[in-house]
Amino acid sequence: MEHLQFEFKASGSQASGREAALVGVVSSGNLEVMVERADLNGTCQVEVSTSARGFRSIWQAVLDDFATRHALADLRISINDGGATPAVVSLRLDQAMEEFLGMAS
Amino acid sequence: MPAARMQELLEAVLEPGDRVCLEGNNQKQADFLARCLVKVNPARVHDLHMVQSVIALPEHIELFERGIAHKVDFSFSGPVGVRMAQLVAAGKIQIGAIHTYLELFGRYFIDLTPQVALIVAHSADRDGNLYTGPNTEDTPTIVEATAFKSGIVIAQVNQIVDRLPRVDIPADWVDYVTQAPTPHFIEPLFTRDPAQIGEIKILMAMMVIKGIYAEYGINRLNHGVGFDAAAIELLLPTYADSLGLKGKICRHWMLNPHPTLIPAIESGFVQSVYSPGSELGMEAYVSARPDVFFTGADGSQRTNRAFSHAAGHYACDLFIGSTLQMDLAGNSSTVTLGRIAGYGGAPNLGSDARGRRHCQPAWLKAGRQAHDRPTALPRGRKLVVQMVETFREQMQPTFVERLDAWTFMESSGMELPPVMVYGDDVSHVVTEEGIANLLLCRSDEERSEAIRGVAGYTPVGQARSRSMVENLRDRGVIQRPEDLGIDKRLVNRDLLAARSIKELVHWSGGLYQPPQRFRNW
Repeated sequence: MEHLQFEFKASGSQASGREAALVGVVSSGNLEVMVERADLNGTCQVEVSTSARGFRSIWQAVLDDFATRHALADLRISINDGGATPAVVSLRLDQAMEEFLGMAS
Repeated sequence: MPAARMQELLEAVLEPGDRVCLEGNNQKQADFLARCLVKVNPARVHDLHMVQSVIALPEHIELFERGIAHKVDFSFSGPVGVRMAQLVAAGKIQIGAIHTYLELFGRYFIDLTPQVALIVAHSADRDGNLYTGPNTEDTPTIVEATAFKSGIVIAQVNQIVDRLPRVDIPADWVDYVTQAPTPHFIEPLFTRDPAQIGEIKILMAMMVIKGIYAEYGINRLNHGVGFDAAAIELLLPTYADSLGLKGKICRHWMLNPHPTLIPAIESGFVQSVYSPGSELGMEAYVSARPDVFFTGADGSQRTNRAFSHAAGHYACDLFIGSTLQMDLAGNSSTVTLGRIAGYGGAPNLGSDARGRRHCQPAWLKAGRQAHDRPTALPRGRKLVVQMVETFREQMQPTFVERLDAWTFMESSGMELPPVMVYGDDVSHVVTEEGIANLLLCRSDEERSEAIRGVAGYTPVGQARSRSMVENLRDRGVIQRPEDLGIDKRLVNRDLLAARSIKELVHWSGGLYQPPQRFRNW
């Protein structure tokens, strides 16, 4: 397992949402994402545990784009990854935020 | 002709250097005749020139190892691609050319006419008429070319009967018939288990349905084989129906009878399907739906690869397929180093039909997008869609600066890099990141940035100009799932009309009989 940590400055104030949301499952090629409200001085902290080593720069790029798409303030995001492709990671992150914010479909 | 004397017959009729078609389609195989041919004496029969669409059986390779054959002209060699590459490197196989199916069939009537054809049919009557059954595939084309140019046609059949269900090949085109000791081999090549379709393919299929099929009103189409296409087929009765698209898209198909198309047929999306070959297990279902499929008076399906590929080229408005590698001009290739897989039908189906003249709304709309200069003569255009995930297994990037096909050309002495679909024929590239509409690109630079803009986190994708990609997005050249109004929470396997082979059987009313390897119940 490789453990990676990332921090993002808030790109806006956090829209109201639930206390926490959990999507996905840990299995080969898949991942679990948990989003929790946390008092982090307006930042967002992301912790990644992944079975695939050596992809830090791709995680950084995927999370940078994720942070551009969503206002992330005072959030803790925990990821348990079973070697998902960047496509699955991005989809799961977006699903987690949509779930967290309780967006109407 | 008794089966035991087949080797003797082959040694009598074959001359060194003869052009021979040993019928190998992508599904059925003249496997008994192949086993006989590898046993002939190489001192008597050698240096044959094989002209057949598919190289698939171990015996096909053994012919070259034993020196019985030396040269080959073919279309597809996926199952034995690695061994092919080794034998070419060792000088045991000389490749004439790798073709698309219709191109090889064309050459059967010009400069690659077989002198001997070893074909396969389901059954024969006492006069030698042949019944091919649902998998007619290449047989009529091979026999036509051989029999009418003074060639010799030898057929293996599973059984000899008094009366055939129908005649697919007339007796006076056939010289010898033998009953093979075992039924001929047939591969269920087009069966995709819905259980293996993941969410990314579902997301991409949603984008294709909303962003391309609905946008252009696609009603005449061909799908490549693969899980991407299967996902689209399985979303028609659910997602496409929820968008009100029934009767508006996907009515007429050139397609093998994909089991994953059953729910769309049963839901009333599909009006007709014409097929290059059948699919193992689909026989009873197809026979029960002669309103949709082409069937004989006997009730069983009739297929024909040559006619299907003419239909796919001239009468379809859209082809969608997948590939292993794509460069920044949109050229795609399935060549990987050390493996010769060939092309199959993709170069023909995945290319604009420049001889086409009849108009359809989708074809006209694509043409308007591609030719926007006021002085240009108005033209139509086929939609050729490549649907790929940005990374393949083991994080191999699909998008590359330079195709492996170049290295392959240099190392194998080919005259051109083996490109499957040329970039200038491609209208759309679809990945999990979005759709790039290449018809709307007005320069090579725009085209490559549009491709980078959907190439995700591959090195090619990360080298994008963010400002140019945003500009292309503003112009609708690039569309993200959110631009298409796709709710990502719907991206779930529950959206598939069938999530397993067993559910496909249920949709068919029990008529689909999947081969044993696809049964897990």
